[in-house]
Amino acid sequence: MDFFLQLLVNGVCVGLLYGISAMGFVMIFKSSSVLNFAHGELLALGAFFFLALITWAKLPILVAFILTLIGCFMLGFLIERFFLRPLIGEKLIFVIMLTVGLAAMFKGLILLIWGGNLYTYPSFLNESMALNMGAIYIAPVYTATLIISMIFLIIFGLFFKKSAQGIYMRSVADNQKAALSLGVHVRRVFALSWAIAALVASMSGIVLGIMNGVNVHDLSSIGLKVFPVVILGGLDSIGGAIVGGIIIGLLETFTGGYLSPSLRDVVPYIVLVFILLIKPYGLFGLVEIERV
Amino acid sequence: MANYPIELPPVAVFVLGHKMSEIILQLNNISVVYSDVIQVLKGVSLSVEKGHIVSILGSNGAGKTTTLKAISGLLKPENGEVTDGEIIYDGKNIQNSSPEYITRQGIIQVLEGRQPFKYLTIEENLRVGTATRSGKPYKQDLDLVYHYFPVLVSRRKALAGYCSGGELQMLVIGRALMAHPQLLMLDEPSLGLAPLVVKEIFRIIKMINEEHGTTIVLVEQNAAMALQVAHYGYVMENGKIVMEGMSKDLMNNPDVKEFYLGMAASGIAKSYKDVKSYRRRKRWL
Repeated sequence: MDFFLQLLVNGVCVGLLYGISAMGFVMIFKSSSVLNFAHGELLALGAFFFLALITWAKLPILVAFILTLIGCFMLGFLIERFFLRPLIGEKLIFVIMLTVGLAAMFKGLILLIWGGNLYTYPSFLNESMALNMGAIYIAPVYTATLIISMIFLIIFGLFFKKSAQGIYMRSVADNQKAALSLGVHVRRVFALSWAIAALVASMSGIVLGIMNGVNVHDLSSIGLKVFPVVILGGLDSIGGAIVGGIIIGLLETFTGGYLSPSLRDVVPYIVLVFILLIKPYGLFGLVEIERV
Repeated sequence: MANYPIELPPVAVFVLGHKMSEIILQLNNISVVYSDVIQVLKGVSLSVEKGHIVSILGSNGAGKTTTLKAISGLLKPENGEVTDGEIIYDGKNIQNSSPEYITRQGIIQVLEGRQPFKYLTIEENLRVGTATRSGKPYKQDLDLVYHYFPVLVSRRKALAGYCSGGELQMLVIGRALMAHPQLLMLDEPSLGLAPLVVKEIFRIIKMINEEHGTTIVLVEQNAAMALQVAHYGYVMENGKIVMEGMSKDLMNNPDVKEFYLGMAASGIAKSYKDVKSYRRRKRWL
């Protein structure tokens, strides 16, 4: 029973991490229908940027963290401005191919500077953040993940539901022509969604880095893990990304714990196929409203 | 349907009682070309007086929608361009400006076929209408829209995708009102609606015009309805203006009667077949 509970807790924490990694991906898809294949590389960039700030520049952790978030927010703006804006109005497939190119470019850049080695952050999370409940032990990094993802989830929920900018973003995703006719700055919306996506990605990159160490190949492969998460949760649902992440996380840890560690990457995909057979739009995806 | 007492605010009285007319929008001989080869408008000139309702009539493909899009700047996303002539709004040259700029000058176009944001609620849809002045309070405007369209109140939390055609038409007009337009352009608001709903919508259009002094350009197939509310009318065919005049003159014009009101010269309704064959013999150009 203890083993089960421990797996459950670990699964939820890993899953939350997948969920917030996927959140940025969903943001971009929601506002511009672009599948961002460079998402994993954005994660990695965030993690390495943070690494550079704390090891080379020797900044305090909190300052480095905030600077990383700001830097990646700007980076998202720049990506949109220089790479995606010229493609506005082109076919979606060109834009998606461009993100594949961006992925290769970012990965190359990181390899050039840091190489393919595994780095670790100096440990800075206080052991007092760990939660001990009977036999269950939640490591500090998991507690941090839990808190951060909750905060981000609430912020984004409010942002999209209540703020004017969030509603404009949803309107652009919904009907670009109508948004344009009402004077919504469509380009600004795209830029903002890239910026926010990059910010969220960098944040999850840092958390992953704390957990597993910083390695460009590992981090960029998380970008692929995002796909089952968002397809399961529904491509355009932020809450769905979180739930999808938790389900995938649980499936992974339970498979690893009870069946065999080598199966842990396979079983989630098998379950995914079955869920999609029943709910083709994912668990929380918007069902296409059709007027008959 | 409850009737609201129509009280004319001072502005409207001023506009209506003013003898000297002020032109708010002027199109001088504009040509529009799509994809560099397809010429849709071939020298369209029209002028819209401030505070008036001006209707543009014409059959499918005459260039009515393109004229509106040329004004609102929405040609660009469709690969269209004003190649010739000028569009002057409020003293400013606005042809080929971006829709972001034009909407902020006070011109809002309500697109054909309603185009709601399907996954946003009615109220969120209305909020998008405030994009041209984002950050400003909008509660008062919401109340105003609900005053014009009481139907929307009970549906405010419903997703627009699940609303009826009539509700949606009211929604998109209301959404445009949220932007405080000086010039409101409506593209076929009667499209696919029941006659009673059409009547209600035209009543409200008239009311908006009278209460706020909003200038309205109305593109319509439903000529009888449009001429009833409009002050002035233009008739388009093949990318040109072929006729213009005060609404009551147009209504009595035998050609307009024939083509758009479905009446013979004697005033009795004529069968559609006869209209068509007659049309083949006589062109207006």
